[in-house]
Amino acid sequence: MSRNKQEEDPRINGIKTKIRVVPDFPKKGIMFQDITTVLLDPKAFKDTIDLFVERYRDKNISVVAGIEARGFLFGPPIALAIGAKFVPLRKPKKLPGETIFEEYELEYGNDRLEMHVGAVEAGDRALVVDDLIATGGTLCAAINLLERVGAEVVECACVIELPELKGRQRLKGKPLCMLVEYR
Amino acid sequence: MQSIVSSYHLCLPPPPPVLRHRLICQSLPPIRLPSRRSPTSLRLFPCAVSRESEMAAAAKEDGQDPRIPKIASSIRVIPDFPKPGIMFQDITTLLLDTEAFKDTIDIFVERYKGKGISVVAGVEARGFIFGPPIALAIGAKFVPMRKPKKLPGKVISEEYSLEYGTDKIEMHVGAVEPGERAIIIDDLIATGGTLAAAIRLLERVGVKIVECACVIELPELNGREKLGEAPLFILVTSDAA
Repeated sequence: MSRNKQEEDPRINGIKTKIRVVPDFPKKGIMFQDITTVLLDPKAFKDTIDLFVERYRDKNISVVAGIEARGFLFGPPIALAIGAKFVPLRKPKKLPGETIFEEYELEYGNDRLEMHVGAVEAGDRALVVDDLIATGGTLCAAINLLERVGAEVVECACVIELPELKGRQRLKGKPLCMLVEYR
Repeated sequence: MQSIVSSYHLCLPPPPPVLRHRLICQSLPPIRLPSRRSPTSLRLFPCAVSRESEMAAAAKEDGQDPRIPKIASSIRVIPDFPKPGIMFQDITTLLLDTEAFKDTIDIFVERYKGKGISVVAGVEARGFIFGPPIALAIGAKFVPMRKPKKLPGKVISEEYSLEYGTDKIEMHVGAVEPGERAIIIDDLIATGGTLAAAIRLLERVGVKIVECACVIELPELNGREKLGEAPLFILVTSDAA
């Protein structure tokens, strides 16, 4: 039986204690999960990356897609370590070349995620990385982008999950690997 | 005009004649690494940006780092982005070339490892791609420098000029401590406004800037001049237009 949560690894607790929770950001009632404090601890940051690399290095992953902007902090180190290309998924108008986009819902209104045409090829095996999964809207948009160009999304990887928001159910059946839950 | 849509798995089309990536991997004596200059470069970068006394340290003119040409050729130039007249230096194609991306990080890591650097500061968002791998490899913390209202909690901010108007970058209070030694990473230096603001932010809290490091420089925009005493290390230069 595979476990998606690395709950027995002793490094996990060290990472969890480094995450800073900031109340009422960006607005009242939200307990914001701040991972910048993990980045300030070289051991905790290294452990975070190592845990993902150990999981994915033998899975023939050819693409790591990172969601702007905090996915850019974790995706590239994983990509470098497992020998995959890194593909940034960005807000509109940031990528300079020809792009495709996928819309997703926000609490109020919509937003878009874009990817460069040609960055990912049919048959690529992809990992999607972000710091946190909340409602799963952004990750779902990322999966759609990758599948539209014929890539296979192997898994989504996040440092933190907010399980009460049920984002895991919005991943089109793709598995989620996360390190830390926040309830 | 070169086609915007490139085939990623083939060699990128050669840049148009008016635009050329000059290949240079330059070391500055204060870090005490051998200095390499491209024998084909038309401009010699003035080492005098640094006022350290070891300027006279031997610079081995043994040719450029063999990894640089591949890094340079993996960068895609997109004309007229974000607006007409700008030749945008697109590093996303470098990130698709696993060897070029690894080599880019390795060159920076070789330069900064073992130099007592405890902080790698990276400017949002493309600095987030290059900074963390360097930080991890040299055992330093990574400090993101972000646009306003992105960082939760207490921040300090620094304003800088744009072509029209101003912008700000922010850093968390308490992320760095006085006396720490830092490098600042971004994908590219153009006018130097953002990097200069990053330098000011870190110096305000007592951090020593050992160097600024970018993959690409657009030397015609004179960004280097805005960096004060902080040296600049770059891998590739390009004409701005």
